[in-house]
Amino acid sequence: MSDDAVLARKKKSRLVTAPVPAPSSLLFNGPDWNFETLGRIFDAVREIGEGELGLDTYRTQIEVITSEQMLDAYSSVGMPLFYKHWSFGKDFARNQMMYNKGYQGLAYEIVINSDPCICYIMEENSATMQTLVLAHAAMGHNHFFKNNYVFRQWTDASGIADYLSFAKAYIAKCEERYGIEAVERLIDAAHALQSHGIHRYPGKRSMDLATEERREKERRAHGESLFNDLWRTVPQAKGKKPATKKKLDEERRKAILKLPEENILYFLEKTAPRLQGWQREILRIIRLIAQYFYPQRQTKMMNEGCATWTHHRIMTRLHEKGQIGDGSYLEFLHSHTSVVMQPEFDDRRYSGINPYALGFAMMQDIERISLTPTDEDRSWFPDIAGNGDAYGTLKNVWANFRDESIISQYLSPHLIRKMGLFHIVDDHAEDEMEVAAIHDERGYREVRRALARKYDVARSDPDIQVVDVDLAGDRRLELRHNVMDGVTLEEKDTDRVLQHLADLWGYEVRLVEADDETVYAEHKCEPIRPFA
Amino acid sequence: MNIIDRRRDPGGKSLANRQRFIRRARALVRRAVREASGKRSIKDIDKGGDIVVPADGVREPVLRRGSQGGKREYVLPGNKKYVRGDGIQRPDEEGGGSGASADGEGEDDFRFALSNEEFLDLFLEDLELPDLAKRQVMGVEETRPVRAGFRSSGPPSSLSVSRTMRNSLSRRTALGRPRPQDIAAMEAEIARLDGLEGQEDKATALRADLERKRTRMRVVPFIDPLDVRYRRYDQVPRPVARAVMFCLMDVSGSMDEHMKDLAKRFYSLLYLFLKRRYKRVDVVFIRHTHEAKEVDEETFFHSRESGGTVVSTALEEMARIVQDRFPANQWNIYAAQASDGDNLPMDNLNTINLLKSVILPLCQYYAYLEVGHSRDDGGGEGSSLWRAYAPVVASDERMAMRKVSHRRDIYPVFRELFAKEGAGGTGAEAEA
Repeated sequence: MSDDAVLARKKKSRLVTAPVPAPSSLLFNGPDWNFETLGRIFDAVREIGEGELGLDTYRTQIEVITSEQMLDAYSSVGMPLFYKHWSFGKDFARNQMMYNKGYQGLAYEIVINSDPCICYIMEENSATMQTLVLAHAAMGHNHFFKNNYVFRQWTDASGIADYLSFAKAYIAKCEERYGIEAVERLIDAAHALQSHGIHRYPGKRSMDLATEERREKERRAHGESLFNDLWRTVPQAKGKKPATKKKLDEERRKAILKLPEENILYFLEKTAPRLQGWQREILRIIRLIAQYFYPQRQTKMMNEGCATWTHHRIMTRLHEKGQIGDGSYLEFLHSHTSVVMQPEFDDRRYSGINPYALGFAMMQDIERISLTPTDEDRSWFPDIAGNGDAYGTLKNVWANFRDESIISQYLSPHLIRKMGLFHIVDDHAEDEMEVAAIHDERGYREVRRALARKYDVARSDPDIQVVDVDLAGDRRLELRHNVMDGVTLEEKDTDRVLQHLADLWGYEVRLVEADDETVYAEHKCEPIRPFA
Repeated sequence: MNIIDRRRDPGGKSLANRQRFIRRARALVRRAVREASGKRSIKDIDKGGDIVVPADGVREPVLRRGSQGGKREYVLPGNKKYVRGDGIQRPDEEGGGSGASADGEGEDDFRFALSNEEFLDLFLEDLELPDLAKRQVMGVEETRPVRAGFRSSGPPSSLSVSRTMRNSLSRRTALGRPRPQDIAAMEAEIARLDGLEGQEDKATALRADLERKRTRMRVVPFIDPLDVRYRRYDQVPRPVARAVMFCLMDVSGSMDEHMKDLAKRFYSLLYLFLKRRYKRVDVVFIRHTHEAKEVDEETFFHSRESGGTVVSTALEEMARIVQDRFPANQWNIYAAQASDGDNLPMDNLNTINLLKSVILPLCQYYAYLEVGHSRDDGGGEGSSLWRAYAPVVASDERMAMRKVSHRRDIYPVFRELFAKEGAGGTGAEAEA
């Protein structure tokens, strides 16, 4: 109540002193806000987002949190609930220190791909920042989550919250039953392989997390109902099965095991001979969560571009409509420009291409091409140049592309020139690095192709596959790293991961690094403490 | 749209994970803590703070490409002078000044901050106070409210609603207070009967009944002052374990700053340690030359005196103070004496007698720390005080002594003295 009173008094004094043209239309005055203000801001933002831009979003749930809670959220990948593991504690310890020392600020918001879409916003934000954050997250990201094909294909926004709570409870139960140490070690191993626990190509697998949860219960119930202690005492027919196995030739074996398989965690879950049921289930949990985050990695640049372009447009419209004051607009621009700042390669601050900067620039460029194209644009982009429907074009792009494909399709010569992009090839067989292409007529396509490759997640993750299992003999698991451009794996880490893999598999594991011509390296690992 | 205020939610969501992390890295963190404590000033020794552990111990390995060799491509913004075909010198080992340095996690140390509590826990882990159990229940100075049933009067804040309502219900049942629903039902019934012909008798009877019930309702109140109960709290005295720590130090001219610094470090550790075990710890500083005086901390450590060295004066002073202010049956008494080992030769006998007959019976633990310079090491068989104390230490487990000549030895010596199954300790498994 007292807050409101103060706010009211402030408003009054402003009204008397400052000549604001249409004071009644302002959403807020000054940096203070309360829940009523938030509601008003959200309505105004949505009016523009849905009414003018035609965005299509999940319902929004705004949660106001403190900076400490933001730190908590950081260390659980932003999710409201997550299973317990020491590695999250490690992240938390580091973030906490960085934040307390002032080395690192906190995000203004975190947004979660769920239905309803949860936006965490910090209590410290000023009213202007809250407006920006709502436009960015509750409109931009939210629309992207709901409409982009990668998210639609791979994630189940309505099921994730329930699945995480199932996962958390399941893992906690396992800890109770089998001991924290055993579970922790298993999760360590699974985390090490998490980046190779992803299906990169859609098959007939459905990703309905609620069903996953139900199916696990059914599997267990089925197992329990079938359990009959008598069977244990029946003598086994000896030598029968191995005999049939021996007959299988390699082709047949691979076909049955569905090899080669690039989803190592999936393969282990289904095939590892010595794992217990609960261990398989935990592998499955870790793998499904990795899968849920996979689209985010594929669309980071676009997602931020979409959200940044959206907040920029909405804030500008709010200002035009007189709903935010000049001061607020300047505060917004200050924050916006620092977000989309792209230092050049020889700048001390350069640390890669800023996804916000590139994303925002591309969205603006697409808008420009569709509204006021040059002749160059007309010849490069005949499908969208001058179509006059910027919003429609953008929404189509947001729905049907990911980082790699949007760059190879829509990075225009105009933008390449503007950013001064150039392509360097660094072949360690040569003495010097070579400038392979720059922003000129001969180079546009090459620069564009090279940049798109950079954003291809399937290319930037090393391509490692399970290729064979010696089922009849010593059960050795064979993996192959398809080496690209002669770049091999980091050795120390690889050996550590292989140790985890060997413990999971229970027998020896061998990883060969090779391309079509050369074998670069071979790693072998025996299990030390196999899971069983 | 929904707005939810999470700010009041219980915090510390990450606490469990953080503890798991520290538990996992415990050995590493403990080593780091001890290293860090050596570098700190005394005042900061109980503060938490940055801890650096080798990243190797808490590594999360993943399959990733190495940063060396092969053919790599970069796309960089901000070209100014390069044209196609230009050669660029490879920057040394920095991964081409480009994306390569960003994607590799360095082999650096992992740095994070510990809270004061966590720091001390690790710092003083596995240390035990000798003889703690012996006099644990000490002076009574605090009381604590304890629930003790109910009473019929009290402040509104301690009103027990459930108990009051239970009383009210049983009284209402016993006295047959009609329920409001029954009355409503009767009224409805009367209204129904009124609508019908030939039911006047029934209606009249019902009306009389209703009237009776209404009266009863008025007479028997819903809540009677008789029903009201309040929670009753008794103030239970709580014993508080408390300790006093005597710091005895020789401040004669032969004690230089280095020696005093060593002594001070030892005292700080002891103080910290006692503070963790006892709710209340008093510290008494007694300095002595040829005469002893109780002083404040500042004077104790920083002012110089001149004169001879008579240790027994300090012990006398301590005995006097114990008698005056710290009755041995109410206080746990610890003493730490620091000296360079000089004593007036004729005082030695007196000192030992005092120790044996007066001081040690009072004390839980008496530690003698002989401070010196590293160059003195191995010089003969020890000082006069050391030689004098040796037989006492051998015969009485409440006393221990150590030599320290360098700052880095303080902590190991301290640990030796207070290790759980260590020298001087009785191995008491008591918890304060």
